[in-house]
Amino acid sequence: MRFAALVEVQLRPGIADPEGSTIERALPALGFDEVHRVRAGRSFRFEIEAPDEARARARAEELATRLLANPVIEDSRLEVCALGAEPG
Amino acid sequence: MPPSVGVVVFPGTNCEHDVARAAESLGAAATLLWHGDRTVAGVDAVVLPGGFAHGDYLRPGALARFSPVMEAVGEFAAAGGPVVGICNGFQVLTEAGLLPGALQKNEHLRFLCTTVAVRVETTRSVLTGAAEAGAVLALPVNHFDGNYVCDRRTLDELAAEDRIVLRYVDDVNGSIDRIAGIAGPGGNVVGLMPHPERASDDLLGSSDGRVLLGSLLEAATARVG
Repeated sequence: MRFAALVEVQLRPGIADPEGSTIERALPALGFDEVHRVRAGRSFRFEIEAPDEARARARAEELATRLLANPVIEDSRLEVCALGAEPG
Repeated sequence: MPPSVGVVVFPGTNCEHDVARAAESLGAAATLLWHGDRTVAGVDAVVLPGGFAHGDYLRPGALARFSPVMEAVGEFAAAGGPVVGICNGFQVLTEAGLLPGALQKNEHLRFLCTTVAVRVETTRSVLTGAAEAGAVLALPVNHFDGNYVCDRRTLDELAAEDRIVLRYVDDVNGSIDRIAGIAGPGGNVVGLMPHPERASDDLLGSSDGRVLLGSLLEAATARVG
């Protein structure tokens, strides 16, 4: 079976995020004074073949922690679902 | 026989010839090592030079650590071989787990291309064995992701084990404790953001990097026996 996976990678809390802070500093100029605590990250989508969802999840988790995120400074969050019901 | 230095070339590496030339000017024999080969070809020291290995895609060094040559570099390092990662090479070493911590984007998102003052903090590393502790060197930096971070425990460990090799005299990129270079537990694996090869001749504006590369060659020579 094929599953759709979404991995979100973000800097861990406490790790300075110069990209997020720079975006935040620019917001008042656009009139967004009410926005705070901007954190930048990135997301990855891929399809993964596995006999069942648990296996797909385990392999995707391994990919997320071994490559997509650097666990020294980043956390990752994973969503997996059957193809055709992709996470939004 | 002069010591041999292997300079690893990934797709996107761009400082390999500078490092090779600087090493040769100090009397070493330099060989370029292709990232796709699973060997360090019997060299006495390995340098991972600067550049943009694998386009720096994902994160600097993140894909390079999976290049076939890295397994051989890891084995060479584990056997006590001198390994130095410069700039992008430092990023590769942290991603490969050969050095602790990580290099993230410079504070204020500033790309740095300038010469900075760097202090030698210890002589117990293959990069500083011939230098003097406390010496201040003028070395070029050229990076966007040079902001060294690690957790508190790692920082305490680095300090306690005398593994902080170089510090910026002034904060340049937000690095914790102004760290510019660190060593692994044995002192034989060193990563640094400044480029000693770009300070290897008076014509380049500084020859302060020669003492660092000279130290590496001494360590390499010691292995030749």
